[in-house]
Amino acid sequence: MKKWGSLALTLTLGAGLVLSGCGGGNNASSNNSAATSSPASTATAGASTQDTLVVGRGGDSVSLDPAIITDGESLKIDHQVFDSLLEYKPGTSEVEPSLADSWEVSPDGLTYTFKLHPGVKFHDGTDFNAEAVVFNFQRWSDPKSEYKFEGDSFDYYDSMFGPDGSRVIKEVKAVDDLTVQFTLNQPQAPFLQNLAMTSFGIASPSAIKEKKANFKNEPVGTGPFVFKEWKHNDSITLDKNTSYWKEGLPKLNKVIVRSIPDNSARFNALQNGEIDLMEDLSPDDLSTLEGNSDLQKIERPPFNVAYLGFNFKKKPFDNVKVRQALSYAVNKQAIIDAFFAGQAEPAINPMPPSLWGYNDQVKDYEYDLDKAKQLLAEAGYPNGLPDTVTLYAMPVSRPYMPDGKKVAEAIQADWEKIGVKTVIESPEWATYLDDTKAGEKDDIYMLGWTGDNGDPDNFIYTLLDKDSIPGNNRDFYVNEDLHKILIEAQKETDQNKRADLYKQAQVIIKEDAPWIPLVHTTPLLAAKANLKGFVPDPTGTEYYSEVYFE
Amino acid sequence: MSQASLNVNSEAASAEKVSGPWRDAWKAFRRNKTAMLGLGIIVFFILIALLAPFIAPYDYKEQVLMDRLKAPSAAHWFGTDDLGRDMFTRILYGARISLWVGFFSVIGSIIVGTLLGVLAGYYGRWIDMLISRLFDILLAFPSILLAIAIVAILGPSLQNALYAIAIVNIPTYGRLVRAKVLSLKSEEYITAARAIGMKNTRILLTHILPNSLTPIIVQGTLGIATAIIEAAALGFLGLGAQPPEPEWGKMLSDSRQFIQKAPWTVVFPGLSIMLTVLGFNLMGDGLRDVLDPRMKN
Amino acid sequence: MSSYLLKRVMVLIPVLIGMTIIVFSIIHAIPGDPAETILGQKATEQSKQALREQLGLDKPWINQYVDYMGDLLKGDLGTSIRTKTPIAKEIVPYLAATLELTAAAMLFATFVGVNAGILSAWKQNSWFDYTAMIIALIGVSMPIFWLGLMEQLVFALKLHWLPSIGRMNQRDPVESITNLYVIDSILAGRWDQLWTVIKHLILPSIALGTIPMAIIARMTRSSMLEVMNSDYIRTAKAKGLSQFLVVYKHALKNSLIPVLTVVGLQTGALLGGAVLTETIFAWPGVGRYIFEAISSRDYPVIQSGILIIAFIFVIINLLVDLLYAAIDQRIQYK
Repeated sequence: MKKWGSLALTLTLGAGLVLSGCGGGNNASSNNSAATSSPASTATAGASTQDTLVVGRGGDSVSLDPAIITDGESLKIDHQVFDSLLEYKPGTSEVEPSLADSWEVSPDGLTYTFKLHPGVKFHDGTDFNAEAVVFNFQRWSDPKSEYKFEGDSFDYYDSMFGPDGSRVIKEVKAVDDLTVQFTLNQPQAPFLQNLAMTSFGIASPSAIKEKKANFKNEPVGTGPFVFKEWKHNDSITLDKNTSYWKEGLPKLNKVIVRSIPDNSARFNALQNGEIDLMEDLSPDDLSTLEGNSDLQKIERPPFNVAYLGFNFKKKPFDNVKVRQALSYAVNKQAIIDAFFAGQAEPAINPMPPSLWGYNDQVKDYEYDLDKAKQLLAEAGYPNGLPDTVTLYAMPVSRPYMPDGKKVAEAIQADWEKIGVKTVIESPEWATYLDDTKAGEKDDIYMLGWTGDNGDPDNFIYTLLDKDSIPGNNRDFYVNEDLHKILIEAQKETDQNKRADLYKQAQVIIKEDAPWIPLVHTTPLLAAKANLKGFVPDPTGTEYYSEVYFE
Repeated sequence: MSQASLNVNSEAASAEKVSGPWRDAWKAFRRNKTAMLGLGIIVFFILIALLAPFIAPYDYKEQVLMDRLKAPSAAHWFGTDDLGRDMFTRILYGARISLWVGFFSVIGSIIVGTLLGVLAGYYGRWIDMLISRLFDILLAFPSILLAIAIVAILGPSLQNALYAIAIVNIPTYGRLVRAKVLSLKSEEYITAARAIGMKNTRILLTHILPNSLTPIIVQGTLGIATAIIEAAALGFLGLGAQPPEPEWGKMLSDSRQFIQKAPWTVVFPGLSIMLTVLGFNLMGDGLRDVLDPRMKN
Repeated sequence: MSSYLLKRVMVLIPVLIGMTIIVFSIIHAIPGDPAETILGQKATEQSKQALREQLGLDKPWINQYVDYMGDLLKGDLGTSIRTKTPIAKEIVPYLAATLELTAAAMLFATFVGVNAGILSAWKQNSWFDYTAMIIALIGVSMPIFWLGLMEQLVFALKLHWLPSIGRMNQRDPVESITNLYVIDSILAGRWDQLWTVIKHLILPSIALGTIPMAIIARMTRSSMLEVMNSDYIRTAKAKGLSQFLVVYKHALKNSLIPVLTVVGLQTGALLGGAVLTETIFAWPGVGRYIFEAISSRDYPVIQSGILIIAFIFVIINLLVDLLYAAIDQRIQYK
């Protein structure tokens, strides 16, 4: 893993390794070759033309309106239903044309002009055109938009293109039917990268107008698959978009994405042939998987962080000494040895080591209970914390944390040794995200993040800047110095200078200890051996359009 | 209730007080093999619960992450769970929780149920009407579902699970006591007691309550079995005991994902629940045969 | 008979009203401001107010209840907070799933229970009798969630005979018309799917049906023993009919009443137990629907889900009582 970190200066490079199969030769990526393409696969049972893909995952989607979601389980579905103006080359963060065929950037970096792909239709039969793009961007940027429905907040728009009051995008206008022009208030280095995110998938304006708040249950986009049915907490069914604008795609006729919360039940379903592809394989099941020739292991390039966040609104977690004390009392290595079967490394910073700008000089709070007790005493709690602490742990498996409740229980035991009593709560996933966002019920919460676009901004600013309150900064952590650095880094276009700024940011964050970074994992998936065309993506969302069965 | 049991009981109240009928009952009980087996199981689990701190080889909270999911061995008789805790120790401590919830929820139900039943049966009229309807309504809900609803309101914890189980079982005892009181009320000696000017409370305490004791004991024993299962079910659903408490139902749900790899983590807690419940069921059946033969069917 | 029916229904009315009051009170029993509990304290006053209006919490208690009853009578079960969908619409497939499961469980319980009971009585004190009664005793004490797990371990994970979770092969689903997949598969003439649907039903229905099966077996046996000593069985035997057939035919009729009673009483346990069985077997039924609603604090769903189940329970008990009366004319109608 360490080699990987130094090898891959950019994510693009790192992911390229995966694509080329065994290019690295010295790390786990060779295991991915089976997933990408290896016609020599032996386990081709007589099954002829399977054209339905059944995916099993740990949690249900929260919502299917791409603009309001931030969780991977929702993005995964929208990734199939929607297209954005641009897209990432599978497995990388390199930008490619999608709904926009080509683009021009003005020399000052303030005007972007996109030529749209002609003849594209939304699933409801209406035309995709420049007006539709304008409609979507207006919906996201105007806080008073009538299409911003009860409870909606466009967190991703706010964190990628600045919150209201400091928006990056000044104006979006339709030059003609197939030309859109973006005018920016200030240059933004990762602007094109951002546009390619699933969250900025273009939705059918007429569907939004017609379905209103129900759009989040019945999404309509231009993507390779058409949304058919959502049985909450059970399954989501997608049908082939027969008039998809990309020739020959999708290869599948139907995709069914089932929620099977229990890791082992999901794995059993795979073994019994009830599903073809499973997300979040528990590292405990790795040996069983490797012994089964009908199955293949798929690894996503590690590009995430799992962490515990302190809720600054709750006393005494506004006290840095308390936060540091608890940081000292988490035995990350023991957790990794026990629960991750070598598929993770301890996290020190809030971004993965493979990402440029990672500061490897930062020292972690090493596991030391005496130090922890001493800090607690300094904070005025010589006998531990007087009140029971509510610790939120994920109810569902996540790529960065296959079993959050177990890890929470392990941490609970360690904290008890320094006199901190905890009660673990795990409400249903959508509620979990709402609760931690509101920050009223939890004192400390467990969560994680998988990078979307290969930029440190997408970790540090998105998760820890004051602009991301309320939203992805579930700590309610505010540090003005940090904010200044992060804003400067956004405007800066020289990557070396940006890297330096992010390194400074990591030092500040370590000192403040708003999080206890736990692990960076190599997420594991498992699939039927005859499943092909699935390219594991560091962002955790893959296209199913190229998937087929042999 | 029925004539037969009534006569036995009125004799119990009038004749040589304590010893006679109870001793006979014990003799009959001892002849009942399955009932004795039940008693044996119960005593066994009570001993385990009481002695847990002395016989448990480890601390039930102590995690040794390196030793997780170890198969049963000399060091860990029942193996270890996914956090490397000794299953044997946790099973022992689990007996405390299950018995505690079983006993106290039933006692709670009995106290409230008896109170309501006596009120309804003794005073009759609108009080009876009101209370009886309340019982009907509570019984119209599947009990576990009602318990789930109550926990949903109070919040998940072992304590609240106990309250919920106590509440849902109130009507069982309430109806029993009410019926008993109704049948006793018309008995001669009660009428006589009234005639000589005994106060209501005194009549209740000296005559009616002691006579309701038998069916309550029988029902209570069976009720503990139900309560233990219900508590385990709530724990299993995450609505009862919270980690790291070693509650059997919770242990089952925590371990179910390891069922294939480490079946011992699932087998032993389930077996413990089943055995304890079986014990109370056997004993309850036996008590019913002995104390209240007509209650059968 | 009809006056009995009338009386029986009349008694039901206060119970039904009481049920609605209890269910209605669930949301009011939440400590503090329900809107705040559901949305969190950080929610804007505006959205809290909107929720209060939606749930009618801003009106006096009695008005709220009248409105609630009015909605119920119109078939409006409220709207899910989580999915924003009318519950009356959303609950249908879940309800069907639960009904299919409970019906299968009851079928299993009755078939196995009655036959085991009859055979045990017929062969009283034989090894079969002992074995059957020991199984019944253990069955009564069985935590069904554990039984379900053990079934999965043995029949799904070790032997691979039966699927461990779900209702049907989702890869190639049958169009849902009734949402009862057995019937849907038959309607569609999809015999392959019918077989997979039945295979999916076996383990959960056995888990769910074990307790009633054990109770039915015990009751059938004891009522059979009484019947077997009666005169007409002896007469029948004397007439030279094949012994077993005699017992079976005559006795079966007589064991109907106790069995019916158990069926009525156990329906509640079955519907309640469905929550557990559905959790283990990932069965998308109403029990799981309610359970998940608890986890997301979706109180309207909790309320309506529980109300529907209690309502079904009450109706089934009514039907059982009526059947009971119809079958056994000896019952006194007061």
